Amino acid sequence: MAIKFDKIGDGEYELDVKGYTCPHPQMYTKKALQKLSGGDVLNLIFDNPSSGESIMAMVEGEGNEIIEKQDGDGSFIWKIRKG
Amino acid sequence: MSSNATHSTAAAPQRSLLAHRGGYTAIGISTLVALFSVIMLMMDTRWVYLLVYVWFGVAYGVFLQYGRFCMASAVRDLFAVKVPRMAVGVMIATALFSLTAGIVTVSGYSTFHPHPLGWHIIIGGLIFGFGMVFTGGCASGSLYKSGEGNVGSMLVLVSISFSQALFADLGSWSNKLAPASWAASAAEKGMPEELSVTDGWFDQFMAGYIWDLSGGTVGQWMESGNVWIDVFIGNALLGAILPTIVLLCILYMATYRKGYVRRNKLESPSMGDELRGFWAMMTSSKNTALAGLGLGVFAGLQMWVTGALREHYQIFNFGELLSKMGHTDGLSIQQTVFDPGYWYITTQEAQLGGWIMDKMGRDVMDNVFFGLNNGIPNPFINAPLLMSVGIILGAAVLALTRREFKWKMPSLETAIFALVGGALMGIGARLGMGCNVGAFFAAVTNGDLTGWIFLAGMTLGGLLGVKAFNLWLERKSIGDEFDI
Repeated sequence: MAIKFDKIGDGEYELDVKGYTCPHPQMYTKKALQKLSGGDVLNLIFDNPSSGESIMAMVEGEGNEIIEKQDGDGSFIWKIRKG
Repeated sequence: MSSNATHSTAAAPQRSLLAHRGGYTAIGISTLVALFSVIMLMMDTRWVYLLVYVWFGVAYGVFLQYGRFCMASAVRDLFAVKVPRMAVGVMIATALFSLTAGIVTVSGYSTFHPHPLGWHIIIGGLIFGFGMVFTGGCASGSLYKSGEGNVGSMLVLVSISFSQALFADLGSWSNKLAPASWAASAAEKGMPEELSVTDGWFDQFMAGYIWDLSGGTVGQWMESGNVWIDVFIGNALLGAILPTIVLLCILYMATYRKGYVRRNKLESPSMGDELRGFWAMMTSSKNTALAGLGLGVFAGLQMWVTGALREHYQIFNFGELLSKMGHTDGLSIQQTVFDPGYWYITTQEAQLGGWIMDKMGRDVMDNVFFGLNNGIPNPFINAPLLMSVGIILGAAVLALTRREFKWKMPSLETAIFALVGGALMGIGARLGMGCNVGAFFAAVTNGDLTGWIFLAGMTLGGLLGVKAFNLWLERKSIGDEFDI
C-alpha cells in the first residue's frame, strides 16, 4: 500500500490515499495541493470518512474549491480545484 | 461545500436503507441491541441500570460518527493542517454539557467527583496527546472509528486496554522508580494487606501521592450559599463557558480569520464582519457542531438518568446491585466496580485488560486500581465497558447506513503506530486520571478546572506529536512521492 500521486492530464492530478487513516489523508492532501498551480484540478481518492470533514475545511479555508464529490461504498472521490 | 459541487453516484441509493447490504446489517445490529435489552430485562429488571449505559453508548457512537467527532483531530488538525473545525465542535459540546450538567447537579443527581490537582495531570495529558497523533484517534475517536471498520483503531483499543492494566499492576521491580516519600505516605494509609500498597509504582503513586492531593469545583470554592449560583455562575459560566469563549476567540484569530477576510475581500473588517466571521467558523462544519450539541445534551442526560436509578435502587455503586443479583465475581474489596455514571472511556478498557490478565493467571487484584476501586467484573456485565461496545455499534449502524463502512486493514507502519501510540495513551490516561473524555470533557463541564490542565498537556503533547510525525514523514522521504 503506497500513496499514488500522478499527473493524469493537462492541469489534472490524482492523489490516491486509500487505505490510509487519520492523520495521513489530510496531511498528504495538503502536500499535494501545495504542488499544484492555481486552476489545476486534483482528483482525491480516500476511504477514511473521518478525514473528509477536515479535508473539506482545509480545502475551503485555503481558498480552493471542491467541484465534485462521488461518495459511496466506503470510498470517496473528490475533485478539488486549486484557487 | 461549494454551491456547484455535485454528489453523483451514491445520492439516489442512499435514500433507501434497504437498497444496499449495509442497510440490512445496520438493521441487524439495531435488532441485536434491542433483543439483548429485552432478554436482560426479562431475566431481571434491575439490568436496566446496565442497559442505560449501553443505550447512551449507542447514542454517543451515532453522534461521534455523524460529526467525525475526534479530539485527536481537534488538536492534531489544528497544528498539522490548520483546521479548527473539530476544536470548535469540542468547545460547543463543552459549553452545552456544562449547562446540562448544571441542571443535573442542581437537581441533586450528579454523579461527578472532582479530580485531585497535581503535576500528574499535565504529564498524563502530554503523554496521551503525543500518543494520539500516532494512533490517529483519541480514546473516543478510536471507538467510533472501530465502528467504521478500521482495524487499526481496534488495535489501538487493545493496546490502550493492556497498557493501562499492566501499568496499574506494575511489579516490585518498579518500586525503586517511586520516591521514598510515596512509599512512606502509602504505608501510613492503613490499607488492607492484600492490596500491598507499598509494592508497585502505580500503587505508591495512588496511595502515596494522589490520595494526598485534593481537588474541587469552582462552585465548591465559591460557597455562595446558593446552589444555583455555585453551579451555573461558578461551574458552568466561569469554569467552562468563559474559557470556551476565550479559546474560540484564539482559534478564530489564529486560524480562521485570515481565510475568511481573504474570501470575503474585506480590506478593513468592522466589528460586525469579525462577528460574522466568528459565526462562520462556528458553523463551518454543521455535522461537527450538531454532534457537539447532541453529545452535550446526552452526556448530561446520562448523569441524570443514572443518578435517578441510584436513588431508585438505593445504591451508590453498581457493585451493590451486582451483589444483590448474585454476581460477586470481580468486585473490589469494597464490593464496588467502576461506575462513573457519566461518559467515560479508558478505565473500563483497563478493566477488560485486567480481566483477561486475571483469566491468564496473573493476580491483578492486589493493587489499588483494580483491587480497591474498580474491580474486574466479567466484560458481559461490565456496564461502562458495554457503553464502549455501544459506541462501536452505534457508529457502525450509522456508518453502514451512510455507506461509509469499510473494513480497513492497517499497514505494518499503521499497526506499529497503533500499538505504540495506544500504549502511550494508556499510560497517559492512567497518570492523568482519564482520557480526553473523563479527564477533560467530563471534568471541565462540571466546574473541575483540572480538565483544562489536562487539555493543555494534551495540546502540547499533540503539538510535539505532529512535529515528530512530520520528522518521520521526512525521514522516510514521503516528500519524494510528491515530486512530479
